[in-house]
Amino acid sequence: MPKREDLRRILLIGSGPIVIGQACEFDYSGTQACKALREEGYQVILLNSNPATIMTDPELANRTYIEPITLEVVELIIECERPDALLPTMGGQTALNITVELFQKGILQKYGVELIGAPYEAIHKAEDREAFKQAMQRIGLTTPESRCVRTRDKAMEVLELVGFPAIVRPSFTLGGSGGNIAYNREEFERCVDWALTTSPVGEVLIERSLIGWKEFELEVMRDLKDNVVIVCPIENLDAMGIHTGDSITVAPAMTLTDKEYQRMRDAAIRIIREIGVETGGSNIQFAVKPESGELMVIEMNPRVSRSSALASKATGFPIAKIAAKLAVGYTLDEITNDITQVTKASFEPTIDYVVVKIPRFTFEKFEGADPTLTTQMKSVGEAMALGRTFKEALQKAIRSLEIDRFGLGSLCGLDGKLPSDEGDPELLERVRNALRIPHPDRLWHVADGLRLGIPQEELYAMTHIDPWFLSQVQEIVEFEGQLVQKARHGGWPGKEDGDRAAAGFSGWPDLLWESKQMGFADERLAQLLHCTAGQVREWRANNLDGKGVTYARVDTCAAEFEAHTPYLYSTYGRNCEARPTDRKKVVILGGGPNRIGQGIEFDYCCVHAALALREIGIETIMVNCNPETVSTDYDISDRLYFEPLTEEDVLNIVERENPLGVVVQFGGQTPLKLALPLARAGVPILGTTPDAIDRAEDRKRFSDLIRTLGLKQPQNGTVRAGEEALGVAEEIGFPIMVRPSYVLGGRGMQVIYDQTSLHHYVKTRVLTSSQYPLLIDQYLSDAIEVDVDAIADGTEVVVAGVMEHVEEAGIHSGDSACSLPPYTLKNDVIDRIREQTIALAKELNVVGLMNVQFAVQHGDVYILEVNPRGSRTIPFVSKAIGVPLAKLAMKVMAGHTLTQLGFTCAPDIAHVAVKESVFPFTKFGNVDVLLGPEMRSTGEVMGIDRDFGWAFAKSQAAAGMILPRGGIALMSVKDGDKTATVDIARRLRKLGFRLHATRGTAAFLRQQGVEVETVNKVAEGRPHIVDHIKNREAHLVLNTVGTASSQADSAPIRREALQQGIPYFTTIQGVRAAVTGIEATAKVSLTVQPLQEYHPTQA
Amino acid sequence: MKKAILALADGTIFEGRALGFEGETSGEVVFNTAMTGYQEILTDPSYKGQMVVMTCSHLGNYGIAHEDFESRRIWAEGFIVREATRYPSNWRAFQSLHDYLVHYRVVGIEGIDTRFLTRHLREVGSQAGVISQLDLNSSRLVEKAQAVPAMAGRDLVSQVTCAVPYTWKEGTGDWPPPTPNGPGSTEAGRDRSFRVIVYDFGVKQNILRRLIDVGCDLTVVPASTSAETIRSMNPDGLVLSNGPGDPQGASYAIPHVQDLIGWRPILGICLGHQILGLSIGLSTYKLKFGHHGANHPVMDLRSQKVEITSQNHNFAVGSPDVPQIRKREAALFQTQWGPFRQTHVSLNDECLEGMEALEVPVLAVQYHPEASPGPHDSAYVFDQFVRMMEKHDA
Repeated sequence: MPKREDLRRILLIGSGPIVIGQACEFDYSGTQACKALREEGYQVILLNSNPATIMTDPELANRTYIEPITLEVVELIIECERPDALLPTMGGQTALNITVELFQKGILQKYGVELIGAPYEAIHKAEDREAFKQAMQRIGLTTPESRCVRTRDKAMEVLELVGFPAIVRPSFTLGGSGGNIAYNREEFERCVDWALTTSPVGEVLIERSLIGWKEFELEVMRDLKDNVVIVCPIENLDAMGIHTGDSITVAPAMTLTDKEYQRMRDAAIRIIREIGVETGGSNIQFAVKPESGELMVIEMNPRVSRSSALASKATGFPIAKIAAKLAVGYTLDEITNDITQVTKASFEPTIDYVVVKIPRFTFEKFEGADPTLTTQMKSVGEAMALGRTFKEALQKAIRSLEIDRFGLGSLCGLDGKLPSDEGDPELLERVRNALRIPHPDRLWHVADGLRLGIPQEELYAMTHIDPWFLSQVQEIVEFEGQLVQKARHGGWPGKEDGDRAAAGFSGWPDLLWESKQMGFADERLAQLLHCTAGQVREWRANNLDGKGVTYARVDTCAAEFEAHTPYLYSTYGRNCEARPTDRKKVVILGGGPNRIGQGIEFDYCCVHAALALREIGIETIMVNCNPETVSTDYDISDRLYFEPLTEEDVLNIVERENPLGVVVQFGGQTPLKLALPLARAGVPILGTTPDAIDRAEDRKRFSDLIRTLGLKQPQNGTVRAGEEALGVAEEIGFPIMVRPSYVLGGRGMQVIYDQTSLHHYVKTRVLTSSQYPLLIDQYLSDAIEVDVDAIADGTEVVVAGVMEHVEEAGIHSGDSACSLPPYTLKNDVIDRIREQTIALAKELNVVGLMNVQFAVQHGDVYILEVNPRGSRTIPFVSKAIGVPLAKLAMKVMAGHTLTQLGFTCAPDIAHVAVKESVFPFTKFGNVDVLLGPEMRSTGEVMGIDRDFGWAFAKSQAAAGMILPRGGIALMSVKDGDKTATVDIARRLRKLGFRLHATRGTAAFLRQQGVEVETVNKVAEGRPHIVDHIKNREAHLVLNTVGTASSQADSAPIRREALQQGIPYFTTIQGVRAAVTGIEATAKVSLTVQPLQEYHPTQA
Repeated sequence: MKKAILALADGTIFEGRALGFEGETSGEVVFNTAMTGYQEILTDPSYKGQMVVMTCSHLGNYGIAHEDFESRRIWAEGFIVREATRYPSNWRAFQSLHDYLVHYRVVGIEGIDTRFLTRHLREVGSQAGVISQLDLNSSRLVEKAQAVPAMAGRDLVSQVTCAVPYTWKEGTGDWPPPTPNGPGSTEAGRDRSFRVIVYDFGVKQNILRRLIDVGCDLTVVPASTSAETIRSMNPDGLVLSNGPGDPQGASYAIPHVQDLIGWRPILGICLGHQILGLSIGLSTYKLKFGHHGANHPVMDLRSQKVEITSQNHNFAVGSPDVPQIRKREAALFQTQWGPFRQTHVSLNDECLEGMEALEVPVLAVQYHPEASPGPHDSAYVFDQFVRMMEKHDA
């Protein structure tokens, strides 16, 4: 069928900020959808609150709204834009939930907006657990025994039915939030209470546990003619009981017979028809009982998902793009397969390689968080790898994670040990204990278990990992043992000091070739053979008859047709399909898996780099291993290498492609770390030199630099042994900021106020050694932090954006809210900041982007940090000022001058943009939500408006905290903040708020003539402050604390406010901004405006 | 690890590891892109004379299961894989792939770059080849490969067909495709069963199981059975089964089929479709590397809907460039039995995938509606056949 001509304007809703369970995959799908719809001549109206996305680039949609995704906002946009249709399936659960609300409130009907892709009934049937269960029964499929309940008593009744272990799942939450597995009554009651509070509709599903069943996912596509195809079957290595987002997953499915697979495929097709998803992709999860093949349906997502992004990258079948085309009326047989260019999209990809995805966790950042893996997703990112075999893909995926592991290295010193019966009994018990509870290191414990001779049957009983996967791990472990033995007895000739004469074993070339085919990294081989990775590489280069790495194409068809798209992965095969061109080309290194501190912002920069190079006629080669991203869409660059970002893998690509140079500035810390090793290997690094990068990164050289320029930095010292810390601290004077060297996102960073705490920190928190020194800085109390992004071409420097942080210096810049332009700083201070930025860029001879962090204390400007690379704030600044900074930077690095590019000064803007951070605290019980120097946010949103007040209010709403217009403000502040609280209290009173405060705060306010009611602290008897919050007798919570003990005492206040969804602030600056926001919203009503109107010249 | 060599007639050599029976074997090398179903593929009689290279990387993962045979033994002449699993894992598995190959004395090779081999075959076309675990002299093996007889015109059917007629009772049991009336149920309300004779050109058992599912009473007869014999058995319908090689190699069946067209409803599948094509006056030709896989999109030209089909054929019917097919219209052509219509076309290469007669009860598909391995999208073909018999009877 041809495309629909009755539609002209289509509204697309994004997924908002990056949170656990909803990451860049929705930027990938949304971007594809925008492009696909524009290509067909439709006008796209886009709403997304996340500025770090490619989809919110003004050239992607016709009208781009970076506004909070709330009912009020969407209705206003619909009213202004009058779209003909809404495509709700591209923005994850966020878009789907708001669509449901829009429909239920009659807003879509009122404005005549048609839902395309999935009708309301289909969304409801798939999302409502009871309706879904009934639908499955109608088509003869089974779902696990379950009931929905709204009270704990009812839950206890249902428990009788399902038995232990029982799964508790709150309805309508994301990524299994609030879900858990209960093994006893006590746990069950706790889980139910928690789930009831988490569910926005107060409903919880109690379900029979299928722990240990095999878990599979199918990605299904359907068109208006009712053609249905399955894009890819994915098997979870981790069985049921662990959220699929936290599971290691494998494509294609490995352990299903054709009969079992076809039965699942039939079920999937019946499900998509019964649910009624008219067009596009859906994700359906199944469980299979290993002992009998019994099949159960777990759930269905009637939209694109993280798994569909994975399936797209795994097969080369662009699900979101095709789903968008199907939504406007095309059928699968009318759409050409991009990759083969001759066949149609109405087929099922078949793959001749194996894809492994491994999640990335960051439990270390959340003290008190439980690292046990359950039905609630806890990982923050993922890496994917392709290999010709599972073993190769698994080992590539491990080194893609960037967790300093290059393979299945033993966690207890057993490397190279062959599986045997006699293990150290104590060690054996330790490994067994570790294996019983699923956690992120389980794969490595499995390897150690095998090394210790634990039989496969026992490993299976403890982990439920299918024996097929266990055998594969065993083969790797056995191979390692063989390698180590050969090295011991036959002499490994690759080592410089190796005994060449003793090299009695002539099979090394074959063995090394085999090891590379199994996916062993040189780094891992070096660990096993006790030499360096460089020595392994050199030996291979000279002794394998010229055999080396080859690249194969992802072609959707297992080589049956020719692939025209250079989407490549490495393997050790017979023939290389890379076919490099002899054009001028540049390699862009991506950011790898998302983690806290390095996420979508860096992918945004990499994508812009690729687009910029394309504009100036240079071929782009992207290297990355994150399947969620836009950068790993084969459409973005001329050539895509889906590869780990390690020295070995990148050097291989550079050797094959021979580019003009490599770009390391955009992918965050990952490529930056590779700059020096690559430069040493003779690879040209584009832009700012590796030496300049080192001058900014190396503390000693950095201090010299600051001195040379006559600038100021906080006093500091470096400590190479724990005992030295006290002396250095005395010299600098408390409070101090301590952190380990070479960390990302403020890992292990802390503000310390006295000797005792420092002593404790040194003893317990970090390992200090000469290799990993401890850094101590003077902590600037009550200082304003300022972030600056600048661009330079070697001669000229343009300061693109000066952002004033809302929270004080000392709170990680990635966790602070910030305002562009500054909202309190004086012009002379801003001028000094600009001058210093320019001086730094010139001294470092920056070519490309640079980010500087300043602190302003008592009018003095201090430099905290200089990063000669694209920063986390680049997309925010670009959207705020309407200039694509990363693109310009890329062109500068390619030799253009800023003058040539017409960017000689940043535009003055008449509006204000506020960035706010979004945190995963609701996912981790018992974690204190206080902000600190260690970054813990996963994502960001932007609020943009004519003044700071509204911009801030929008940023809060976008982050999920809608500022109250009135009600009760609850306050409990530390002594140092009491004076500042007075003004805030007065302003709140003026806005009509009633004030409640704890004893000390209340007394102080009363002295100042502010009317306030006293509430009990937790220790002062009931009802106390937490009771009030629980009863929702508070609409705004302000809680600041100083000492560690008061932090612990007041943690329940903050936790409960978070739980109840009451806006809370833990800094004076934060609440002050909020009050400004409330004042603004009281004065002027909500307005929305697309980016294209804020920056008319750019569009 | 024991070595093995695969040598192609064009001189390409692959060194790998021995798999299956220790010996030497030869045949035409074809690639199959299905990701599941190696057991069904190995036991499909249509692979007689051929050695199969599987494009997916891991084979043998789920072992061998009693219910998954498509005939009584392995017919493929050799098996070529990237990696064979040592320890299978599945609740139904009773044997490993390796042991199964050994049991039926089938020689295999693993550890070679199967993607390179597949791309090579795609470019140069199907090739004769030899796998040896005994003789590792590659130039000698190339000579042997060059001596392998060509597929065109060879009668492989007589090597796989049954010797005497037999009856068949078993349906798909626990593994049926879904029907409109719910899973597992055959079309409800069918008040009688039809006696059907299956011409065994190398029949896959799932064709028989599916016919049982839709209520047929089956007798399977040898490929050489005469029309008179069939007439004397007085069935309600006839099925021309799948089978190996070139339909012209089985030209002895043509006059009998011609005799039977119009007498009783006929369903042709794969080789049966080709023999029917020859019988009504169309020609057949050899494809460059054939269709072997479980993901082939085929359009039903009548409904314009797409089916994902299981395919396994090296030869095809008719001229490959019928203009109407390109326009995706159901082209008509005249035969002595009145007009025939092309009903199905491959969306990959516009190859003819199905046809029906307008005035006599004849229906044929080039792909495998019985799947096994592969998707169940085309299961309706068997229902159509039953409806044709009902109509003919009425």
